Amino acid sequence: MKRIISLTVQDRSGVLNRVTGLLQRRQFNISSISVGPTETEGISKMTLVVEVEDEQRLEQVTKQLNKQIDVLKVSDITDKAIVARELALIKVAGSSQLRSEINGIIDPFRALIIDVSKDSLTIQITGRPDKIDALIDLLRPYGIKEIARTGLTAFLRGHQPQVNELTTYSQIK
Amino acid sequence: MKVEAKPDFQTSTAPKTGADLLIDLLINEGVDTLFGYPGGAVLPIYDAIYRARGTIKHVLFRHEQGSIHAAEGYARITGKPGVVIATSGPGATNLVTGITDAMMDSLPLVVITGQVARGIIGTDAFQEADVMAITTPITKHNYQVQSISDLPRIVKEAFHIASTGRPGPVLIDVPKDISAGELFEIPAEGTIDLPGYQPTTKPNPLQIKKLADAISRAKKPVILSGAGILHGKASTELTAFAEKHKIPVVTTLLGLGTFPANSPLSLGMGGMHGTYTANMALYEADLLINIGARFDDRLTGNLKHFAPNAKVAHIDIDPAEIGKNVPTQIPIVSDSKEALVELMNQTSESPEAGDWLATLNKLKEEYPLWYKHDPNGMSPQWLIEAIHKVTNGEAVVTTDVGQHQMWAAQYYNFEKPHRWVTSGGLGTMGFGFPAAIGAQMASPGSTVVAIVGDAGFQMTLQELSVIYEQNLPVKIIIVNNGALGMVRQWQELLHGNRISESILHTHPDFVKLAEAYHIRGYKIESQEELITKLPEVFAYNGPVLMDCRVLQQEKVFPMIAPGKGIHEMIGVKPS
Ligand SMILES: Cc1ncc(C[n+]2csc(CCOP(=O)(O)OP(=O)(O)O)c2C)c(N)n1
Ligand SMILES: [Mg+2]
Repeated sequence: MKRIISLTVQDRSGVLNRVTGLLQRRQFNISSISVGPTETEGISKMTLVVEVEDEQRLEQVTKQLNKQIDVLKVSDITDKAIVARELALIKVAGSSQLRSEINGIIDPFRALIIDVSKDSLTIQITGRPDKIDALIDLLRPYGIKEIARTGLTAFLRGHQPQVNELTTYSQIK
Repeated sequence: MKVEAKPDFQTSTAPKTGADLLIDLLINEGVDTLFGYPGGAVLPIYDAIYRARGTIKHVLFRHEQGSIHAAEGYARITGKPGVVIATSGPGATNLVTGITDAMMDSLPLVVITGQVARGIIGTDAFQEADVMAITTPITKHNYQVQSISDLPRIVKEAFHIASTGRPGPVLIDVPKDISAGELFEIPAEGTIDLPGYQPTTKPNPLQIKKLADAISRAKKPVILSGAGILHGKASTELTAFAEKHKIPVVTTLLGLGTFPANSPLSLGMGGMHGTYTANMALYEADLLINIGARFDDRLTGNLKHFAPNAKVAHIDIDPAEIGKNVPTQIPIVSDSKEALVELMNQTSESPEAGDWLATLNKLKEEYPLWYKHDPNGMSPQWLIEAIHKVTNGEAVVTTDVGQHQMWAAQYYNFEKPHRWVTSGGLGTMGFGFPAAIGAQMASPGSTVVAIVGDAGFQMTLQELSVIYEQNLPVKIIIVNNGALGMVRQWQELLHGNRISESILHTHPDFVKLAEAYHIRGYKIESQEELITKLPEVFAYNGPVLMDCRVLQQEKVFPMIAPGKGIHEMIGVKPS
């Protein structure tokens, strides 16, 4: 199962290495990782999407992450009410003649064409990973030249529902 | 950089370089001994050590690995961090085994490595190694100093992290331009700034109550005592608690001495080469109270068969250990002493476990540790018993890794804590002798015996220079079976007797070797010789090496073969 783990860390050299090294050592696959500064200077947020076999191993890795001196907080937010977004840049083959056809496809995704050249168009999309996957599938017939994705970033919504409502908010499978 | 007068620095002259500041900060932390080896990148630090001579002692080992194992021995005996200094590159990489060993066995160390100057880090400069990356997975934490003004905070944090919570090694990598850097103003006193590090030391009262209730309902309770009792200095509390409720106690390899071996409630060591009774108690128990042990696989055997009927309570200061290997119903994150004090305050009943104790006592009588006396030579087990006798069971015993280690664990009945120094988690050959040097330095008045194998001793024997130079009366007992005995045993029992590369066909003359290092050496080939020599050796207030020839074929029994359950021991009785 995929889980979204949110880490608040001190922005010190080596902390990313400690986190990824620990996951590797305990044999966890990292699907994506994103890191950036937060509202507080010196504090960064990391969002990890990891592949985990069972609850027990998930608990173990969460505890091991928590033990790291520069890690302030670890939470598995997969089953919480969260906002989660990823950004992707997709370069497809084609000239500007294709522009309106492509616009027709990407419009419902609220994606944008952000660069046009003689033989390619670049699309920017923001959303949940499954939404990005869906758009990529639709664009495939045009010939995808390059994809760059940021990995998921996420945090809790302002309002957390009662426990019994939670499952419906699961963002990834 | 804040400027503040620092009247409490103990050296008479004000510090002049980053290195002088570093040494002063170490002295301020109460460090009296440095275990080290110099080199290019730490020359400024050795300059500072030179200037601070008289205030702090430095012991020069002959290999960095020797220095760090000695620091581990020192830490094990004193509970205080051992402080190691090595140069960059090869100096630092020579420490890797010791750092890992300390990490596995939760020993507090502060390791200071030199680094090339900041301006050339990352250029593959002479003797540059990426020590931060190399040591990240094997340290509790590590630092590379980026500014002299950070030194007070970093040193303070390093000692704090190393010695609190679950202890462990902390490394400080010091670039040469930092140590050589001129100190224009004395930085302010360091303050600890570790919002992400707050170990829980007090137990949750609800869980304590739950455990007290479980104890009163148990019919077959057993305590498993590990090194957490040593770190919490909780031996007295453990003994009182076990005696109050009449609960039998199994100790782990590292937990030997945490509970007196001669107590009627002691079942001895558990695990691969533990006693049959200890392992059967773990197997049959309906309540298992683990205090400060980590359910290592050498203890549990096949997890499927480990304590199958027991409710498990686990007291540990490291929450990540709880539930890691064995499902736990009563988790208690706490310092061992604090938890035991709270448990003693509970008013709940003691268990009705008379039948259980009677059964265990019968097992103890029926399945004691055993070995055969051979008229043709000395049994290694007998050798350990003889050492126990001549030292009244009061020596500090260090071991290397192998058969001799297990025999020392089985036959040197430890009555008190902090007298047993062995490499448990990592199983590091070459550990025993240098660890004895550190132990002797930590406890000058004690008799310190290094029980080592003929193979492992040769991995760090260069430190013979140190015991001569420092006049440390360490007694080295080589349990010489002419073999990598433990490997030979596994090959005989588990690999169809294919004895592959585990016999040592040539040996140095260990007696001459000792003499070459200006140390007394004796070759012992029979029990009679040993009995006549031992009193003299132990009466002598100086270092001695004894090359004791023992039977090569002897095996460590009983044993849980790999993959087997804790109840499936072999060699429980003489065949
Ligand atoms: C550094 C290291 N290398 C290899 C091993 C594997 N090993 C475990 S015990 C052993 C044999 C040790 O022989 P010796 O020191 O003579 O002790 P004995 O078992 O004979 O008592 C070996 C090679 C180890 N534990 N550590
Ligand atoms: Mg041997």
